[in-house]
Amino acid sequence: MSKELIRLVGCTMAFDNEIVLNDINLYINDREFLTLLGPSGCGKTTTLRLIAGFLTPTGGDVLFDGVRINDVPPHKRKVNTVFQRYALFPHLDVYENVAFGLRIAKLPEKEIDERVTEMLEIVSLRGFENRKVTQLSGGQQQRVAIARALVNRPKVLLLDEPLGALDLRLRKDMQQELKRIQQALGITFIYVTHDQEEALAMSDTVVVMDKGRIQQIGHPEDIYNEPKNAFVADFIGESNILDGVMPEDYAVKFFGRRFKCVDAGFAKNEPVDVVIRPEDIDIVPPDDGHLCGTVTSVTFKGVHYDTIVDFHGFKWLIQTTELHPVGSYIGILLTPDDIHIMHKSEYSGLFGDYSSYSAEYDEINDPDIYPEDISEEVSETSSEGEAAKDEE
Amino acid sequence: MRNKTLAAPYLVWMAIFTVIPLGIVFYFAFTDGTGAFTLANIDNIGNYLPIFVKSVWLALVSSIICLIIGYPVAYYIAGRSHRGQRFLYMLVMLPMCISFLLRTMAWVALLDDTGILNGFITALGMKPLPLIRTNAAVVLGMVYNYLPYMIMPLYTVIMKIDPRLVEAAQDLGCSNPQVFRRVVFPLSVPGIVSGFTMVFVPAVSTFYISQKLGSSGTTLIGDVIESQFKTAYNPNLGAALSLVLMLLVLICIGVMNRFSGDGEVATV
Repeated sequence: MSKELIRLVGCTMAFDNEIVLNDINLYINDREFLTLLGPSGCGKTTTLRLIAGFLTPTGGDVLFDGVRINDVPPHKRKVNTVFQRYALFPHLDVYENVAFGLRIAKLPEKEIDERVTEMLEIVSLRGFENRKVTQLSGGQQQRVAIARALVNRPKVLLLDEPLGALDLRLRKDMQQELKRIQQALGITFIYVTHDQEEALAMSDTVVVMDKGRIQQIGHPEDIYNEPKNAFVADFIGESNILDGVMPEDYAVKFFGRRFKCVDAGFAKNEPVDVVIRPEDIDIVPPDDGHLCGTVTSVTFKGVHYDTIVDFHGFKWLIQTTELHPVGSYIGILLTPDDIHIMHKSEYSGLFGDYSSYSAEYDEINDPDIYPEDISEEVSETSSEGEAAKDEE
Repeated sequence: MRNKTLAAPYLVWMAIFTVIPLGIVFYFAFTDGTGAFTLANIDNIGNYLPIFVKSVWLALVSSIICLIIGYPVAYYIAGRSHRGQRFLYMLVMLPMCISFLLRTMAWVALLDDTGILNGFITALGMKPLPLIRTNAAVVLGMVYNYLPYMIMPLYTVIMKIDPRLVEAAQDLGCSNPQVFRRVVFPLSVPGIVSGFTMVFVPAVSTFYISQKLGSSGTTLIGDVIESQFKTAYNPNLGAALSLVLMLLVLICIGVMNRFSGDGEVATV
């Protein structure tokens, strides 16, 4: 990858003594597509606003090309933003919205015209020049917002949940579109979302955040396959998370059984979190299985069935393409590759138990639910969890 | 259908107290004392042209001063915290809790030749100033009384401007004055127009302010209309003058609304 462009060094942000960002260290390379991913209230938008210049960190530094820019106002930074729900100027038409930044820069009329026209071409909005922005559909407004930012040829484009207000189909199309534009123009994208699928599909690097801290930074596949803690494992995809012990390298014990695994480097007999992805589990006849359990619930999801299986009172989510009706007794087979081991963390015991499974768990992952409600839920459960941990 | 029934009480009210009286004004304007049709009243209006011009002029000056004073106030209030906004808004509205007549009388007491201000000036050993019975005093009275009507709509409109639009403008390279000129001001034009209208309309037809703070030289069209009904006993001429004044106001509002429509494009 190419050279480093932006670096956040120990950035902390507090509003009225409430810490929303806690010691954020992050660097972003030129031409990288980096996504800040996390539930609402995790600090991802705040991080973006630090880079855009709308906020000054209460601690730490923001560096751009090696120069400290903490106190540089937004209009003097070489970044542009695509705002959540677009923030287009309602008193201007499509053309003038896109031309806005160029007019402020006082470019000659001819160049403005060329660049606006070119940009409207890129976002497929030729012929819409004189429309009022209020007359456009969500997807079109979205593209005007992108064109308005990109026409200034910023070094970095910041996108704050730009697809949040679009329906699923359009969102998928726009994901492709954004990725294409990013590659065609060779610009750094810093993208904020709470939609894990979106993050995995588009990014070179994913930064998972929660409670104002970075939980994990990595390539999408690494984040998915090797989550660092229970929060990441649960937030990115579905996970069954169990308590286990590592008696030695490449072996783990849970449910009183010993399994082979591919992880090493833990202390002898260290208590760990064991992650097993629902789609990795093979269902076999009870006699051939490592573990046996009873199916308690089945939900048809289109591509697969969400099957909940009760093992000694602990319920797992298993995703299968075959139907195993409620009440059937089944076995499962786990290969070393299916088992991922994580260190215990403050999130241990909070996630990955499907004992109270209901269709509601989908809602929590549903991007259309609005942040405020969720963040409250999350903080409630987490404070309970912390109390539980203290007791341990 | 539902909307119609909800509006019914007001429609009845309108019919009884607006439409019918308006019809009566029409009738009076085109008849003489005996009830016979005549255009004499309308002909007569030409004599009052200078007074019309003066009324419009003073109202216009007052409206402009209200705008110049009111805009920064509204802008400031809209930028405060929620609690601050409520408090400041209440301060703006507070004078309106006191009777309009009383407030004007208070200005008489302040500005009178032997009033409080001149008392102060003479106490300092200077000659008393001719403060009252001037155009300036009338304009002052108008501005003082109608300023809240300018601030209210301006505040409402500015407060509703999405703060993200300001951020978007900054993000696209605008310094603070540019943000104001290119985004905040154009988006507050509807508030300017409605504030201007709300000050201009009562100001152009006022008679009490000019009677108390003005002189015979500052007689306004409102005073003339009042005198036609109360002292000259010529309600027909009064009705004709009212009709013309109404027309004038409607034209002014029309022009201003037109200006706001163009205003959006003109600021591009």
